[in-house]
Amino acid sequence: MSKVVKNAQEAIQGLENGSSVMFGGFGLCGIPENCINALVDNDVTELTCISNNAGIDEFGLGLLLRKHQMKKMIASYVGENKEFERQLLSGELEVELMPQGTLAERIRAGGFGIPAFFVPAGYGTEVQTGKEVRDFNGKPHILELGMTADYAIVKAWKGDTNGNLIYRHTANNFNNMMASAGKITIAEVEELVPVGELDPNQVHTPGVFVQKIFKGVDYVKKIEFVTER
Amino acid sequence: MALDKNGIAKRIAQELKDGYYVNLGIGIPTLISNYIPEGINVTLQSENGLLGIGPFPEKGKADADLINAGKQTVTTMPGSAFFDSATSFGMIRGGHIDLTVLGAFEVSEKGDISSWKIPGKLVKGMGGAMDLVAAAKNIIVATTHTDRNGNSKLIPECTLPLTGVACVKKIVTDLAVVEVTDNGFKLIERAPGVSVEEIKAATSGKLIIEGDIPEMDI
Repeated sequence: MSKVVKNAQEAIQGLENGSSVMFGGFGLCGIPENCINALVDNDVTELTCISNNAGIDEFGLGLLLRKHQMKKMIASYVGENKEFERQLLSGELEVELMPQGTLAERIRAGGFGIPAFFVPAGYGTEVQTGKEVRDFNGKPHILELGMTADYAIVKAWKGDTNGNLIYRHTANNFNNMMASAGKITIAEVEELVPVGELDPNQVHTPGVFVQKIFKGVDYVKKIEFVTER
Repeated sequence: MALDKNGIAKRIAQELKDGYYVNLGIGIPTLISNYIPEGINVTLQSENGLLGIGPFPEKGKADADLINAGKQTVTTMPGSAFFDSATSFGMIRGGHIDLTVLGAFEVSEKGDISSWKIPGKLVKGMGGAMDLVAAAKNIIVATTHTDRNGNSKLIPECTLPLTGVACVKKIVTDLAVVEVTDNGFKLIERAPGVSVEEIKAATSGKLIIEGDIPEMDI
């Protein structure tokens, strides 16, 4: 059975209202632009979005926010987004914030079949509320749960038709772990090559984690802060 | 005279040791990379997945796929490495990062830090700060000694939501270098031309002053 689909619209077919969806990327770096745009066009709503950040007002996940397609956002940092702040403070949007490393590990654990684990991050803060605390090596840790989602949507630099993925520079970030944590994982790639063309030594995400793959188009790759010497 | 941001960064750069792996937070900490002492080789970690942050790119060379944790375009140093976020926080949580420098709204005399949330006002999230302060071996806070309204940021108990407890080891401000000890803040150095009295007045937490307090050498 081929994993290759034609485009983002075909890839997100079956993604229903109320789904939980992981989106790879850090800020706007390495986000699945094509699928985000397709979800905006499709008017799918009540989404629980899991992503490190929530995009900016006019790009990335900010576009889903603007059309009120999100019911809940799970993230670690949501600055640089006025509409997000407005929806959160007004109670229109449910938000769960957690430490970035905990978010990353919850996703990795979820995808790797680890239901729960202990970390020191958040001990003594509001993150600890309602969680089991245990001392290991003389230091308090809190229990965190592995996390999966109905869909994981990731963006890679190169991919082959088996779903093997290679990321470029810091555009890997959350994509690699999220690929393992989606019940259905969709990968959009800048270059889609036939099987055999990727060097297996260089593959970051093995194809077993990916159910659908397509070559994305018209990447904008917006930069949040262009800083130059 | 009180130091400016660059002065604070310059003083913290003196804390770097050869071979250190360092995570620099957003704001003043980022400036530290401009003042790494000669002969000291440090590797800067960016929690979005880069070990070996280089300078900002030359004009026109910015790459959208190459950013730091502040989402600014950067370059890489020779011998750098990219990795995913779980690996990145594995480095942090596993104690492989020698020093973390970050900003703060408040630091308590017990070393608690508040840096991520002002209830009802500012919604940003903790990002990687909670992971960093819970795990790094050495945590230095870079901040102004008082806030915009003149209120001390070095206080007996944090009033804002915490980022971490009993974790801050040292604070470098525009006025002073302060160590967090079991008995409270201990004044180590004064900014050039700043008196002990001025520092005392700007510190609401318990401040220990022992003997002559030298000026920073910057």
